Order: sequence, then structure tokens, then C-alpha cells
Amino acid sequence: MDFLRPASWEEALAAKAEHPTAVPIAGGTDVMVEINFDHRRPEYLLDLNRIGELTEWEVGQENVRLGASVPYSQIMEHLRAELPGLALASHTVASPQIRNRGGVGGNLGTASPAGDAHPALLAAGAEVEAESVRGTRMIPIDAFYTGVKRNALEPDELIRAVHIKKADGPQQYSKVGTRNAMVIAVCAFGLALHPETRTVRTGIGSAAPTPVRAKEAEEFLNAALEEGGFWDSRTIITPSVAQQFATLAAGACNPIDDVRGTASYRRHAVGIMARRTLGWAWESYRGNGRSTEGAA
Amino acid sequence: MGVTGSPTNINQGTRTKGGIGESTLRPDGILKVTGEFAYSSDMWHEDMLWGHTLRSTVAHAEIVSIDVSEALATSGVYAVLTYDDLPAEMKNYGLEIQDTPVLAHGRVRHHGEPVALVAADHPETARRAAAKIRIDYRELPVVTDEASATAPGAPLIHEGRDDHHIGHVPHPNIVHRQPIVRGDAAAAEARADVIVKGDYYFGMQDQAFLGPESGLAVPAEDGGVDLYVATQWLHSDLRQIAPVLGLPEDKVRMTLSGVGGAFGGREDLSMQIHACLLALRTGKPVKIVYNRFESFFGHVHRHPARLHYEHGATRDGKLTHMKCRIVLDGGAYASASPAVVGNASSLAVGPYVIEDVDIEAIALYTNNPPCGAMRGFGAVQACFAYEAQMDKLAARLDMDPVEFRQLNAMEQGTLLPTGQQVDSPAPVAELLRRVKAMPMPPERQWESAGEHADVRALPGGLSNTTHGEGVVRGVGYAVGLKNVGFSEGFDDYSTARVRMEVIGGEPVATVHTAMAEVGQGGVTVHAQIARTELGVSQVTIHPADTQVGSAGSTSASRQTYVTGGAVKNSCEAVREQVLEMGRRKLGTHHPAWATAELLLEGGKVVTDGGEVLADIADVLEDEAVDIELEWRHRPTEAFDLRTGQGNGHVQYSFAAHRAVVEVDTELGLVKVIELACAQDVGKALNPLSVVGQIQGGTIQGMGIAVMEEIIVDPVTAKVRNPSFTDYLLPTILDTPTIPVDVLELADDHAPYGLRGIGEAPTLSSTPAVLAAIRNATGLELDRTPVRPEHLTGV
Repeated sequence: MDFLRPASWEEALAAKAEHPTAVPIAGGTDVMVEINFDHRRPEYLLDLNRIGELTEWEVGQENVRLGASVPYSQIMEHLRAELPGLALASHTVASPQIRNRGGVGGNLGTASPAGDAHPALLAAGAEVEAESVRGTRMIPIDAFYTGVKRNALEPDELIRAVHIKKADGPQQYSKVGTRNAMVIAVCAFGLALHPETRTVRTGIGSAAPTPVRAKEAEEFLNAALEEGGFWDSRTIITPSVAQQFATLAAGACNPIDDVRGTASYRRHAVGIMARRTLGWAWESYRGNGRSTEGAA
Repeated sequence: MGVTGSPTNINQGTRTKGGIGESTLRPDGILKVTGEFAYSSDMWHEDMLWGHTLRSTVAHAEIVSIDVSEALATSGVYAVLTYDDLPAEMKNYGLEIQDTPVLAHGRVRHHGEPVALVAADHPETARRAAAKIRIDYRELPVVTDEASATAPGAPLIHEGRDDHHIGHVPHPNIVHRQPIVRGDAAAAEARADVIVKGDYYFGMQDQAFLGPESGLAVPAEDGGVDLYVATQWLHSDLRQIAPVLGLPEDKVRMTLSGVGGAFGGREDLSMQIHACLLALRTGKPVKIVYNRFESFFGHVHRHPARLHYEHGATRDGKLTHMKCRIVLDGGAYASASPAVVGNASSLAVGPYVIEDVDIEAIALYTNNPPCGAMRGFGAVQACFAYEAQMDKLAARLDMDPVEFRQLNAMEQGTLLPTGQQVDSPAPVAELLRRVKAMPMPPERQWESAGEHADVRALPGGLSNTTHGEGVVRGVGYAVGLKNVGFSEGFDDYSTARVRMEVIGGEPVATVHTAMAEVGQGGVTVHAQIARTELGVSQVTIHPADTQVGSAGSTSASRQTYVTGGAVKNSCEAVREQVLEMGRRKLGTHHPAWATAELLLEGGKVVTDGGEVLADIADVLEDEAVDIELEWRHRPTEAFDLRTGQGNGHVQYSFAAHRAVVEVDTELGLVKVIELACAQDVGKALNPLSVVGQIQGGTIQGMGIAVMEEIIVDPVTAKVRNPSFTDYLLPTILDTPTIPVDVLELADDHAPYGLRGIGEAPTLSSTPAVLAAIRNATGLELDRTPVRPEHLTGV
């Protein structure tokens, strides 16, 4: 196994172009597990740790440009206001040690349906900044996940950053695991209210071959909120609407039975989380919400 | 010798008296917390090779061929061994039945069975070379449960059995069967006003010790081998290792290296023989360290069990009778299965008075992973079932579950179904009273943070699944019955060598035993005993090795009792000799030497009236007193094979729990809020250690209640979750507050009146949590661990 250590982003792109099978490694919280378990024995490891800019972020007018290696603990600490859904998701990632190492770029690169960041990215709306020696392209998050542990990157491309829409309304994130911390998701649900566009977006994790949005549920809810004038009146969402949203969210799942849970439980739990996260987010939107308190 | 990371003497001084009853601190505590403690995996030798084990990828198969040529040809590889390379006539090992092949011979019987060994100059080279070994398996049908084990034409896991159980088992795929019959359960049934039946399932738990199996074998010039290893019982290992190596026992010298937990999982051999074989073959030191994945295959697990129970009671709440059948899955090799059957059957009644019982326990041979010893040892599975039954009976009788238990609680003098009388305190009702009387944790603690919900106090924790929605509190109680020490007539002795001499003008005691310190705190307690008995402050604990007699196993809650007893006994003999020496040398100086009862205290010889006669240093001068003695507790008897009658156990141990849980009833997630425990410990030799043991046992019991389970595929018999990613252990966020109430009612038969304590809390914790979840949800919940899908019904 060759260990490539580019000193700059340009060198990294060149190395990736030269060795398209090279596996990028930053925090190592996914890649090292795979290597230790001998699930994967890449010819080349491409170490991105010398490239400082990957751990930086910029808060712009519309978006946060989040470097691929910004660790989850930094998101929790510094980007709670701009990226509340992703900050909540970051809380649920593994242990403090891993949150200090792992970042969203790794989640995207691995593209596991169980990656904790995905539902929050889907709900907020995001684009992946992918780059190669051939140039840069922005991949909409909805088009990024192409299969189980597969993504839309070309072999010579690296993830430089993720451009995530700054929150224009309350966001929520919820994840079911069979332990109260440090657990891989049985399933997860992200939800973001976008009052500017009067839309609600969602993301489902670990309940389909890829992270997915509950599009039918979103469309139903967007229409119901519009028709009922809820965005303006800020009244409590009719329970039957919330329930129908939950049912449609559960219906968006295409889960499997595995050692972590059954398919039917995953569907059921996604429905519950959809209803609850909508309730919490809407309460915040109404101005009297309870936020979620937890240890950083 | 060139081995680094092997244990050295532990010198323990103390500013206080540091005797028994004080919470002296562990000598290895700070080293473990700061990461400086050398575990067995940290050992090193300059020329050492690394051993690697190739394991079967299927559960049951004939080995058609093995081709090691490519592996052997790999650069850096020094040896590749298979069954054909075993040097001695003896090719199997086993705790009681020698049915386990050192390396598979023509057939593998479970997923992960060792087939070949590689030694290389780098662990990665060894691993890659092992991957080049070509094994042609012809798969065989798998036996996975009682039905498939005893079906007509079922494949026999072990053909031609000649062990001492084969004569009384109904089928060769049954390792051992123990019925226990007392009174007339059928007749007593007629007196019952209510009868409650239940079928229960207890999942396969792993010991999940944090220090994986590891050790270092160094070949010696005399043709023997020095083995440094983390184990639970050096001499039991030695007895199994030497014959397979074709060496006399005195040529296999074992030293205990740093042990990172055990919980029963190190009673069986793992890498010991393999490392010795490779070292003797290559003439070089060989180290083997399992990674976590391999560790799941490298040791036995807790027996999963199916239990059928039937209890009757009169309308006024008196138990009339009990019938039960316990089927334990022992997996492919016997390990400790026979003794687990003995425990499960003889403790199946629990801490209750029931005169008419009909009990049967069996352990199966299957193609599932081998199961053996784990904290609680057969009593855990039974406790889960009989405590569920007690709650069902109380509910049927419309009685309080604690009062119902107290009404039927055993006490000193009670006759157990084995006919053995409980002849020391058995404060079962009192322990229940104490946990019930403890203050309840406040309701809705997640609201304490003001307007924000503190999700850490809610089911789901930081995963943010509820802010209080769907959350219901439940409370449950349980109490258990565990034996202490090895039972059924086993010669369960220990040996201690104690030396007393003057070093730097001060008397120092050295305690040398073969006791495996696996974290239980024996090294602390032995020093306390020596201080109490010999009046010294400086005590040196010699590394545990086979240069001294056996200490027996660090199992069965027995070490403080048995090796502690041996240390006390040897100290008493040393004290007598020191006093004798004093009488000889100084007896003319004071008449009390001849007339008074003499003690050693504060470095001096004193009379029982407190008068100082001499410094111990002046008695000893440059002489040393050095005594090694075996010590035995009261003998036990085997259980009759048909009736189960017999004084089979040494001592009993009792703990009670009250569990308070909060359940998200919509998502099926559980937060255990509090697990209050009351336990009788006889005498707390080290109160801080006692509380630590009780809290640890409580958490391990909670783990199997809500998350811990090895999942074995019912079709392939392969393990599906051999990693800490999917075998979940409780984290600190899952750990409830654990208030502990320690009772000290002396057992007059035991040293200092102490009672073995390590296992009892593991018994009652699990059923208490289940009872609390049932209380919150109204569900029956007949299996453990309970998963979200069981609580949501989807």
C-alpha cells in the first residue's frame, strides 16, 4: 500500500488523476475501520491531512461553504445557527474522539446509507463541490447518492467542500439507535422548514439503499401548508396533516432487515420521527419552540 | 529474559493500617487509567515472531484438503502448522471434556474454528500468508437447536463420545442432563389456586472484555517453553497445554501477564497452545494478539437458553410447586457446559421456598459458537425466567410483586430442591425491603434544564428522538440466587505462599499465589489480609505464576473467599512461626511471651492486652519465614444424576435490584434511569471494591436486558455481528445511577465471614430491567435482550 501525502490541493488532484484507485483519507474514521477489518486493501491511500484549507469554512450570503474535512465537533461548536440540522446530526456521530476527526467529506465519500450527515444535507439543500485536474463541478445533493456506498464522483475527482444552504427556518434531526450514544443509525430523519420558499425538505437515512428525500411527503405537506395558510397564520398543523406526512415519509422508505433492525421497524420509526420532528420544527417556527439541549 | 511488559512485583505501602475493611486503593488503578499498565498485548521480545490463526469460514464442514504451500513460500513466514504437525498423541483440550481440537482435524464444527497457524516476522505478513492457505470445505447440514440436534438422523457433533456424561444423556448431542426432583410437583399442583406458565428466551451474551486474547511464548533451552498470558486460571491452562505439546508440566512455565477483563471468557484456552506450538517449532518467541473481530471467535460466550417454567400458588400467595425445563445451547464443544447445567438446575428455583419441584436442565451440542463460562454461570438465565414468573403470579393474585416475593423468600435454614440446607444468612426479604425503601429518582428529569428538553435524560439520548413524547416510566424488582465457588464435589482449593523478612529495617510480607488478577481486585485484598494478619504495612505481591501451587480459577465469585482464605491461612502459619521464633529468641525477656495471646500489629509483637513485647524486625533479624500451604473450604457433593439431591454448593450469594426505566413506547427505545441494588456481602474486605463489583455486575446485567446479543444466523450458524459496531455494550450515557446498599451478615463458615460477591448483581439486574419495561409498556416480553421492534410490535 502506498501512502501519498500531497502538500497542497493541486498536488492532491494531480495524485488522484495519476492514481484514480487511490482512496482519500482525512479523519480516517471510516477508511481505517475498513482497513483494520481487512474489508478493503487499497493500492494507494491519499492523505489529505496536510491540506489545511479542507478544515476551513466560509459563511456566505446564501450558503455555508464547508471544507470537506471540517470535523463534526467544529460544526457543533461554530455552525449551530447556520446549519442547525447538521449540528444536531453531528451530535449523534459516534464518540467525542471520532467527532474530533471525522467530517462531512468522509460521510459523502463513503456514501453509506447510514452516514449521519446525509439526512441533514438532503433536508437543508446542498451541493457537493467536486474537483479534478479537469475542473470543478457542483453536484446537487439529490443527485449525489447513486447506490449503496456509491456516489456520483468520477474516479479522478475529490470532494473539496460542501455548499449547504444556510437555515432560513427551524431544522430538526432525529436518529434511532439501540443505544443512547455512539451507535450506527437503525434509521434517521432530517427535516428543514424553508419559510422563504414556503417549502419543507426532508432526508431519510438508513432506510433505503441510499439516503433519500421523502418527496411525496414533502409535496403533500407543502400543498397542505399552503392551502391551509399555515405559513402566515403560524397555527398548529392539523394532526391529520402531520399524520399523513408521517405515513408518506414511512412510505418513502425501502429498508432491509439486518442485525441492526427490521425493515418494518425502520418504516415505523421513520414515520414517528417525521411526525415528531415536524412538530418540533413547527413549534419553533411559531415562536415558542423548545430547542434541543445536549452536551457538545 | 528479554520479555518487556511482563509483570513485576507490586509493592504496596500504606499510610493507614490498610487492613481488611478499609477501602485501600488498587495498586494498578492509576496505571490503568493513565494507560501505563502493561496488558498481555503490550509484551515484546526482541526476536519475536507474530502468530496468526486461520479460522473456518463455515459452521459445519468436512475439510477435504488443506494446501499450505503458497503460505509457506511467502517471504517472512517461519512456520505454517495444521493438525498434521501436532507433536503429541494428545491433540485435544477442554476444561472437563477434552473434545476441542487444537487445530481442526478433517472437520470443522463451528464458524471461526482454528484450522491452521502461521508464524511470521510481521503480523501483517502472517495474516496475508494465512489468506493464501487453500482449504477445500464440503459443507455439512448444521445443527442449531434442540429440534435439529435430536431429530432422527441428526448429524452427531461428536461421534464416539466416551466422556462420563454419555451414559446418562438421552441423546449424544446432549452434553449433560441434570434433573432435580423433590416432593411431588404433580400432587402439589392440585393445591394451586393459580398456575402461571411461561416460555422464555435468553440471548447469547459476550464477555466483551476489553483486552483481547494475547500472550507471548518463549522457547527455553531445556526444550520447554515460558508462556506469558492473560488467563483466569494458570494451572488449568497448564494441565491442558502440556499434554498437547508433549511436555511434562514442569517444562511449561506460565506467568500471568496483564489481564484486561475476563468475566468467564478466559476460562477456556484461546491462543496458549498455538503460541507454544509455533515457538517450539521455530525456536523463536511468538506473540499472538487477537483483534476484536477474532476475539468474538476466540472465546466462548454465555449460553443462550430456552426456558419453560410453570409455577403454582395459593390464593393467599404461597408458592405451591414449580416445574421447569431449561435448554442451554452449548455450541460445538463442551467447555463448561456440564457445570453450567449443574448451576442452572440447582439454582432454577431461585431464592424462594418451594417444596415440590420438578426441574430438568440440559446443554446441547450444536454447530453454534461454543458457550461456556460467563459471570452468573447458568444462574443468570434461570433468574431471568423465574423472576418474570414471580411478576406474573403477583399480577394474577393482585398482589404487590415485592410483597409476593417476600412472602415466599428463602431464609437461613431453608431446604433447597437439592436437599441442601442454607446454613448462613439468606436475607432475601430484607434485600427486597431495602431496594424498595430507597427514594425514587425524580420524574421527568429531562425538564430540569428549564425550557429546553435535556435529551440526555431521555430514551434515545443525543440522538434526539423524543422531547418527552411517548415516554412512560416503569419500575421493576428482582432478586437472585447464586452459588459461590466451584460445586458438585470439585476439589476447589487454593494455594498461598507467604514470606516474611526484614528489608531496610522494616518487616515486609511477600504474598505469592497463582491467582489471576483480572480486574476483580485480588491484589489489593491480599495485601490487606497480609497487613491484618501480620501487622506489617509493606506488602509485596509476587507476579502470579506456576512456580507456586494452583489458586483455582478467578471465577464463581470465589477468589476472595478461596485464595483470600489461603492467604489468611498461610499468614496465620507464618505468624505462628514468627511468634515461635520470638519465644525462642526473646522469651526470657518478658513472661507474656509464654502466657499471653500474642498478635502482630504495627510492626510489633503485642499481647492481646496491647502490651508491646518486641519489634518484628528484632524477632526475625536476618532470617525469613516462608510458608506455602493449600487451603480448602468445606467439601461439596455431586448431585444425584436422577434426583439432583446433594450438598452441591459451598455458599450462596444474594442481591436484589429495583430498576426504574423510561420507555419511548412509540419508538421502543429504553433509558434505564436507575438500578438500585442491595446485596449481602457477609463482610466487605474492601468496601470501595465491593461497590465497584456490584455496579459493574449491575451494568453487565443491564447490557443483556436492552442491547447486548451475539446474533447467530439460524440457517448458516454463522455469527452476524462480531464487532463493537454491532455488538453493543452500554456506554456511560446508557449507565444509570446505581445506588448500592451493602449488608454485612457474616457467614461463619467463610474467612472473615465474607461472601463472594461478583456475580449476584449480574443475575437480578436483567430481570429487574425487564420487569420495569413490562411495567411501562404492559407487554409480556419473554425474551432478552429486548429490542425496539419487540416494544413497538412491528
